[in-house]
Amino acid sequence: MAVKKIGQQTIQFQNPPKAISAYSIVGPKEGQGPLNIWFDEVLEDDMCQEKSFEKAEGRMLRNTIISAMKKCKKTPKDIDYMLGGDLLNQLMSTSYTARDLSIPFFGLYGACSTMTESISLASVLIDGGFADHVIAATSSHFSTAERQFRFPLEHGNQRPPTAQWTVTGSGALILSSEGSGPMVTHITTGKVVDYGISDVNNMGAAMAPAAADTIATHLSDTGRMPDFYDMILTGDLGEVGKKIVLDMLMGKGFSIEKVYNDCGLMIFDNSKQDTHSGGSGCGCSAAVFCGYIYKQLQSKKVKNILLVSTGALLSTISTQQGESIPGIAHAAVFSTA
Amino acid sequence: MNMKKNQLNKKYNKYVKDISPKPNYLANSIKAFVTGGLVCVFGFAIQKLIISRGIDKETAGTIVIILLVCLSQLLTGFGVYDKLAKYAGAGLIVPITGFANSVVAPAMEYKREGIVLGVGAKLFSLAGPVLVCGYSAAVVIGIIYTLIY
Amino acid sequence: MEYLYVFITGGIICVIGQLLMDATKLTPAHVLVLFVVSGAVLTGLGLYQPIVEFGNSGATIPLPGFGYSLAKGAMEAVQKEGLLGGIKGGVEATAAGVAAAVVFGYAVALIFSPKSKS
Repeated sequence: MAVKKIGQQTIQFQNPPKAISAYSIVGPKEGQGPLNIWFDEVLEDDMCQEKSFEKAEGRMLRNTIISAMKKCKKTPKDIDYMLGGDLLNQLMSTSYTARDLSIPFFGLYGACSTMTESISLASVLIDGGFADHVIAATSSHFSTAERQFRFPLEHGNQRPPTAQWTVTGSGALILSSEGSGPMVTHITTGKVVDYGISDVNNMGAAMAPAAADTIATHLSDTGRMPDFYDMILTGDLGEVGKKIVLDMLMGKGFSIEKVYNDCGLMIFDNSKQDTHSGGSGCGCSAAVFCGYIYKQLQSKKVKNILLVSTGALLSTISTQQGESIPGIAHAAVFSTA
Repeated sequence: MNMKKNQLNKKYNKYVKDISPKPNYLANSIKAFVTGGLVCVFGFAIQKLIISRGIDKETAGTIVIILLVCLSQLLTGFGVYDKLAKYAGAGLIVPITGFANSVVAPAMEYKREGIVLGVGAKLFSLAGPVLVCGYSAAVVIGIIYTLIY
Repeated sequence: MEYLYVFITGGIICVIGQLLMDATKLTPAHVLVLFVVSGAVLTGLGLYQPIVEFGNSGATIPLPGFGYSLAKGAMEAVQKEGLLGGIKGGVEATAAGVAAAVVFGYAVALIFSPKSKS
């Protein structure tokens, strides 16, 4: 009997894991954004003294995890599992980070939804009694994502207004069976939803239906109203995706406008920073959550948060083969009560 | 089921198209017109200068192309060309300078992957299709022309 | 006056490219390929020569001009050497530009590294 499962896709934890530590590092551009004072560290140079952007991303992630462990006085030996991923082929940054840290590791790929995917599975491990301390961490880097998914950095081209800007940043969260901190009380695992969008420069529109689906399912599974939450946050939908989510949920009878925001819109000032529709990437929701939101929860300025990281499950090959872009969104509830 | 899904997707795509911000066609076109025009005028001025030194028109044209290619690639190396092209759009993509940029940009990017399979192979990742299609078109035209001629 | 014709011809070709990129989902790479092939085909049909005579550099510097040189080279070589000329003429006529782009591009790529964007 799945006693902890409620409704269609939601798990309600009986021994909710506590988020005992969080750390975030972002790149220079993100450090100039509206949330700059909340990030734990802002890089001066996004090469991190490494020889390639991929190595730089790995180092950023490694430093984020090490600092998160330091903050709660843990060493790699205290950690049972590390869960996480990034946007690169074969999870290059995360796998190499796991090699250096030597912590048992599950590599996850959920595109930009990887942060809540990791948090979900970490919470399951802890609630199930399989682990005491689990790290959930993700990263993304503008320059590595750009060359894997789009064009070379020095290539002359123009971005359409619906395009998004990959966040250079990483976030690490340590979940624990004991200690104090905001608790993960529920998770809602998303389904892959595809409404036939194939424009790689409009990812927000491709992912929004998945986000709306997960949020609606979560609300009906838990029987909660949107205003139960101080904030409902999607990962990286940008201007276009935000509008679609609001419209779609309105159509399903949920008015979330008052509490809703998108991490991709919070991290940059689109009008000043020339980021078009907003930020994106695994690091977007990870850095915004571990930097800004976690501190709001700690100081009890907010009590209940629904974090819904959103991912576009495309690849360069699927795009070239003319496939549409499937979206996914996983939700996790953080509560201080 | 599939039919219904298709219709829903079509409806959604139309809705997304309606709410998505559009590029500013007029402003982009004016920028492209002026920059593209200026690049050509610049090339023309150099060509005239070379011709005035007593070099025939065809050779002068080739020299101009080589100069523009090198200039564009140097600007790409210094990290300037993409910033200019972001503003000028097709004004700097469509002239031969844009082709030169698309040769060097991916090559630079793959330096860490080695000088053979990195730089050497990626040099053609964007320019390759242009050469392949251009050469094919030329050879097909050549063959057809032989048959007619 | 000549300069004005160059300016207008070059400008118009670029605007066509801009509209293609803005209105369709074509990437710069697609536009470049399309322009080279169109330039070659138009030249083959005898339609591009008048544009070159009017716009001079304005028609030869944009990418359709590359297609023009390819097709013109092929056609001229046919007159001298027949079928063999048709096969090698286009490549021969454009060899200097392509070689410059490849060799100089290789050198630049070995010297410079891409920079982070903000």
